[in-house]
Amino acid sequence: MTMTIHCDIVSAEEEIFSGLVEMLVATADLGEMGVTYGHAPLLSSLIPGPVRIVKQGGEEEVYYVSGGFIEVQPGVVTILADAALRAHDVDEAAAEEARKEAVHALTNQTGDFDYGRASAQLAEAAAQLATLRKMRNRAGRG
Amino acid sequence: MAVGKEIRTKINSIRSTQKITSAMEMVAASKMRKAQERMEVGKPYSRRMRDVVGHIANSAPEYQHAYMVEREVRRVGFIVVSTDRGLCGGLNINLFKATVRAMKEWADRDVKIELCLIGAKAAAFFKAYGGNVKAAVRDIGEDPSLADLIGSVKTMLDAYEAEEIDRLFLVSNEFVNPMTQLPRVEQLLPLEADDSKEMKHHWDYIYEPDAKELLERLLVRYIESQVYQSVVENGACEQAARMLAMKNATDNAGELIDDLQLVYNKARQAAITQELSEIVSGAAAISS
Repeated sequence: MTMTIHCDIVSAEEEIFSGLVEMLVATADLGEMGVTYGHAPLLSSLIPGPVRIVKQGGEEEVYYVSGGFIEVQPGVVTILADAALRAHDVDEAAAEEARKEAVHALTNQTGDFDYGRASAQLAEAAAQLATLRKMRNRAGRG
Repeated sequence: MAVGKEIRTKINSIRSTQKITSAMEMVAASKMRKAQERMEVGKPYSRRMRDVVGHIANSAPEYQHAYMVEREVRRVGFIVVSTDRGLCGGLNINLFKATVRAMKEWADRDVKIELCLIGAKAAAFFKAYGGNVKAAVRDIGEDPSLADLIGSVKTMLDAYEAEEIDRLFLVSNEFVNPMTQLPRVEQLLPLEADDSKEMKHHWDYIYEPDAKELLERLLVRYIESQVYQSVVENGACEQAARMLAMKNATDNAGELIDDLQLVYNKARQAAITQELSEIVSGAAAISS
């Protein structure tokens, strides 16, 4: 049997997931990162992107996280998300709309243009779409 | 019949007060449910956040953030979370008593005190009581937003970083159940390591990307989430306390009305009896 660790995913609004996982893959600041049993203690920030977990028994689930922190302790991984969604709940049309809007804002900059906000919106929408793609690929394969 | 006109007016006025208090009770009950939900929703995040920060406090980090270093205490800061409105029983008073007790402990040791007040009631109390107020927020409403609180919390954090205060406490009400709320004084800064943990040996995290930046962001987020959560919890306490206070007021008004009704009935009966005996004795005088 594969060794498992306890995983908690919470957002400011709710507890998204709590249970044993075989592996967790999150999008950290410096790139995608996998955590399995026995990982060294680690603290990192997350950027908007998918979090994939392999639950005990091999079942996979994908969540979308809009940034936050990940903490790895010997027996437990905690994801403190600013906002998190089950990937199923991500609204593809809305994400695509937000992406277009952000791109539009970035290309047609006006006087009171907030670059930081627009690029954050773009990153978030792109990450949501990437999460959906990833989930779909997996569904197609499985 | 002119008997007990004053009593009737009194009963009517108490009855209309009772109507108001019972309406307030019902409003508070429904608001409490909402406030309680809001509190429950935020709980997992703030609890996990506290766990994580507890782990950090237990580690031996390569980079010592200012929030983790114990300093000699010359000044302390208190963040006091109170309500904006009154009519909620002893909720605020109990909280202020606990605050004053904690403040006195420090004052006895010649430690100066800075206050950050959340809610109009705290502002009113400490204006009368005295105290050095560094920041104050009021009118946070029933659905507090983090944005309203960040400013004054940041004032305290900046003061801590500038070594103007050496310790920071959070005073707020704890929601035990709808009948019980307890004032609680909690140390926010510096972070306290709990000694119950199993990982006693020297260890540290791998930080990605950079310890300094990461800890800064995480710890500020931690303080904000703790303050926010306690404000939300205090909101639930407020509604629960108000519900109870208004229920008591309604009950008391009911008792008062019963008592007055008894007095009124007695007076009315006495008047009738007197009238009857006058008629009877009048009739007897004529017939004899």
